[in-house]
Amino acid sequence: MKLDIVISGVGGQGSVLASRVLASAGMGLGLDVRTSEVIGMAQREGSVTSQVRLGEKLYGATIPDHEADILLGFELAETVRAVPKLKPGGAIIASASAIVPVSVQLGISSYDQKAMQQYLREQPGRVVLLDLEELAKKAGHPKTGNVIILGALSTLPGLPFEPEQLLQAVLSYIPEKLQNTNKRAFEVGRQSMEVA
Amino acid sequence: MTLKLLMGNEAIAYGAVEAGVQVASAYPGTPSSEILSTLAGLALEKGFYAEWSVNEKVALEVAAGAAYAGARALAAMKQVGLNVASDPLMSLAYIGVKGGLVLVVADDPGPHSSQTEQDTRLFARFAKLPVLDPATPREAKEMTRYAFELSEKLLLPVILRPTTRTCHACQDVEIQDTTAVPQPVSGFQRSPNWVIFPNLSARKHVWLNGQQEVARESFENSPFNQLTINEQSDVGIIACGVSYNYVMEALQLTGLEASVLKIGTPYPLPAGPVLQLLQHAKKILVVEEQEPVVEDQVIALAWKTRSTAQISGKYDRLVAREGELNVNKVRAILENFCGRQPHSIEAAVPPELPLRTPVLCAGCSHRASFYILKEAARGKDTLFAGDIGCYTLGAMPPLNTTDTCLCMGASVSIAAGLSRVEPHRQQVAFLGDSTFFHSGIPGLINAVHNGANITLVILDNSTTAMTGHQPHPGLNRTAMGPTDQSINIARMVEACGVEFVRVADPFDLKAALQVAKDALAFAGPAVVIMQRECVAQINKGRHRRINPDLCTECGACIDELGCPAIGKPAGQPEILENCFGCGFCNQVCPVGAIEEV
Ligand SMILES: Cc1ncc(C[n+]2csc(CCOP(=O)(O)OP(=O)(O)O)c2C)c(N)n1
Ligand code: SF4
Repeated sequence: MKLDIVISGVGGQGSVLASRVLASAGMGLGLDVRTSEVIGMAQREGSVTSQVRLGEKLYGATIPDHEADILLGFELAETVRAVPKLKPGGAIIASASAIVPVSVQLGISSYDQKAMQQYLREQPGRVVLLDLEELAKKAGHPKTGNVIILGALSTLPGLPFEPEQLLQAVLSYIPEKLQNTNKRAFEVGRQSMEVA
Repeated sequence: MTLKLLMGNEAIAYGAVEAGVQVASAYPGTPSSEILSTLAGLALEKGFYAEWSVNEKVALEVAAGAAYAGARALAAMKQVGLNVASDPLMSLAYIGVKGGLVLVVADDPGPHSSQTEQDTRLFARFAKLPVLDPATPREAKEMTRYAFELSEKLLLPVILRPTTRTCHACQDVEIQDTTAVPQPVSGFQRSPNWVIFPNLSARKHVWLNGQQEVARESFENSPFNQLTINEQSDVGIIACGVSYNYVMEALQLTGLEASVLKIGTPYPLPAGPVLQLLQHAKKILVVEEQEPVVEDQVIALAWKTRSTAQISGKYDRLVAREGELNVNKVRAILENFCGRQPHSIEAAVPPELPLRTPVLCAGCSHRASFYILKEAARGKDTLFAGDIGCYTLGAMPPLNTTDTCLCMGASVSIAAGLSRVEPHRQQVAFLGDSTFFHSGIPGLINAVHNGANITLVILDNSTTAMTGHQPHPGLNRTAMGPTDQSINIARMVEACGVEFVRVADPFDLKAALQVAKDALAFAGPAVVIMQRECVAQINKGRHRRINPDLCTECGACIDELGCPAIGKPAGQPEILENCFGCGFCNQVCPVGAIEEV
C-alpha cells in the first residue's frame, strides 16, 4: 500500500496542520510516514505545498512529479500550480475560490479564475471544487478550510484509514475549545461530497 | 520507547536530550530554528540549559566553553551562520574539546530561504572536522546521539549537517521514555593546551591532521554507510545524505539495477566500502547535492588504487552542482547514465498562473516604516541599503525601498561605504532589531567613529520575526523564560556615540514622517528607531472599511502600500477579511475614506 497526497495553498491556510494530521492517522495504522513542509519566508502569503506519504517502506519525504494519488487544494490557482505533482487520473479536492495575490492588485500579474476552474475540471481523474468560504461559514469558523477538505477527503474510496480515525487524528491536533467547531467542519466537508 | 511524529529538527533535539546534552545554544535561521526551540521547550523539565545567543559566533563559543568544562554541548545554526561562527570554529579544531560538542549546521540547497547554497560538508573538510549527513529525521536523531560519542572519542567538535529536506520533513521516530542521566562533569582543568599561541597551533595542527585518519577509521564500519552489492549489474551508485532517498526511489521507478553505497559520513570518507564497490562496479555514479565532496574523495581513492572504474558525477556535468536534487532529476540522471530513453509525461498546458511571492503581513509595521522613509526622502536622490529579515520584502513593489541586501548586519556599513563615493546622495540603512544585536552594532560604531553621513532606521518589532519569532537581547524573555535583563536599543545607540537618536511609532504617520525628515537633514550618523510590535505576536485591532461614498478610486491605498488586506474583488478598493486593523491606510488615503468598523 502506498498513498501520496499533495496539499497546496497559500501561507497561513493550515496546510502544515493538514499534513501532520494525515501522517499521524497513517502512523496510527502502523504505516511508515513522511511529510515535507514549507517553512520560512514563503509562509508570508506565498505559495506553499505540503506533502504526505504513507506506505510500507518509504524513502524520501517529497513526492516525485506525476506520482501523487490525491491533490488537496486550499486555493484555486495554487491547486493548478500543483497539478504536475498528480498522477494521471489522480483525484483533486479543491477550493473553487481565489485568494488574489498583491501582484494582481498591482497589475504585475493576472488571475483568470474561470480558466483555472476550467483547467481543473478537464483533469482526467475525479475533480471536486468546493465553495470553501461558504462551507467554512456553515462550520462557523473562517479558518476551518483545511479540516473541511480533510472531511471531504475522508469520503474517497481506497483510503487506508476510516473517516472516524481521520477525525480523531484531526482532533488530536486541535485545542479543547475548538474541538466542536472542527468536528462540525469535518462533517460539513463530508456532506459537501454527497452533493458534489 | 514511544513512536512520535517528529520533524527532523525535533528529532535532532530529542537525540541531543537522549545523549544527555547539558548546554545548548543557537541563533535562529531557516531551516535550523526548530532545533533550539524544541530543546528550549524541554530544558526545564529535563534539567539542562538552552539559550538563543546573540549570534552564531557567540552560540558556538558558549557551547565550546561548556565543552571545555567536560559537559556535552550543542550549537545550532543555518549554513550562513557558520560563516559568522567560522572564526571560533577554525581555532576550536586545533584546541579541541573535552565534553562532546555537536555543531548542527543546516544546509539549504535550492536555496529555499538562504543567501547562498554553500556546502557545510566542504566547510567541515576545510576545518578538518568530521561531518555527518542524515538522510531522514530518524537517522538525524541517531547521528546526533552518535556525534556526541565521536566528539568525545576524537576530542574534536563534530558537525551534523542536515538539509532542508530532513530538517522540515516529519517521520515516525522512536524516542526514549527515560531521561538520560547527565554524566558527571569533570570540570575545567587549567592547561597551556587551552591557550592558542602559535607554537601550540603548530603542534596541534599535526595532531589535528592525525585525527583525520582516526575519524576515517571510526567511519569504516559505521551503520550510517551501507553497501548493497547487486551481482546482476556493473553499475555502482554512491549517494550521500538525502540523495540516497532519491536514488532508491528512482531505481524503483525505472527498474534499473545497480549496486548502491549509501554515505552518511561524507568527510572523512571511509575507504573500505568505496574500494569494495570499485572492485565490483565498472561504472560509478556519485549522486550528491552541492559540491563534489564525496566524489573528490572517491576519485582520489580510485587514483591511488589504480582502479579503472569510470567515475561520473559533477565533473562530467551529469549531476548539477547548483540547486536541489529530487527523484525526477535523479531519475533523469540515472536514465542518462545507463543509456536509457528518458521518461516523459505529456500534460495539458495550464493557464497563466498569478505571481505569489511572499509579502509583508497585513498590518506589518515595516510597510509603514518603508512608506515613511520613502515619503521623507521624496525629491532627494536616496539609496536604501536593506538587510535580512521580514523587512527584506521592502524590496518588492510597490514599496521598492531596498536597493541592496547582502548579509546580516551589512546595511549600515554598505551605506557608509556608498556615502564615501557618493556623498551627494542620501544614504539610508535599515536593520531589524534582532539583526541590530546580531551584527549591526560594530557597523554603527564604525560609522560614528569614522563620521559617515548616513541615516540608520532600526525596525524594532520586538521579535526575530522572519525565522519564527524567537526572542533577542532587547526583550524581557529568553529561550527558557522571562528575564528583566533586556537591553534598551536607544540607550545602546546613544552609547555608540550617535548624537541624533529618536524613537518613533510608524503607525503615527505625521509624527514619524517628521522624525524621518529631521534624521535625513542631520549631518552625520542619525538613528531612528521605529517601534511597533510584529502583528503576528499581538491581538488584532479594529477592522477597517472603505466608505464607498468617499472613495474616489484613486488606488493610493493599493498602489502605495501593497497590503494583502486591500483588494478589488468587485472592482473598487475594499478592505478584506484579513485586515489587521493597524490603521495606517487611513492615514495614506488622500480623502479619508477609510474608517474604523
Ligand atoms: C548569519 C545569518 N544568521 C541567520 C540568518 C537567518 N535570518 C534571516 S533574517 C533573521 C532575523 C530577522 O530578525 P529581525 O532583524 O528582527 O527582522 P524581522 O524579521 O523581525 O523583521 C535571521 C535570523 C541569516 N540570514 N544569516
Ligand atoms: S511576521 Fe511580523 S515582521 Fe514579519 S511580515 Fe508579518 S508582521 Fe511583519
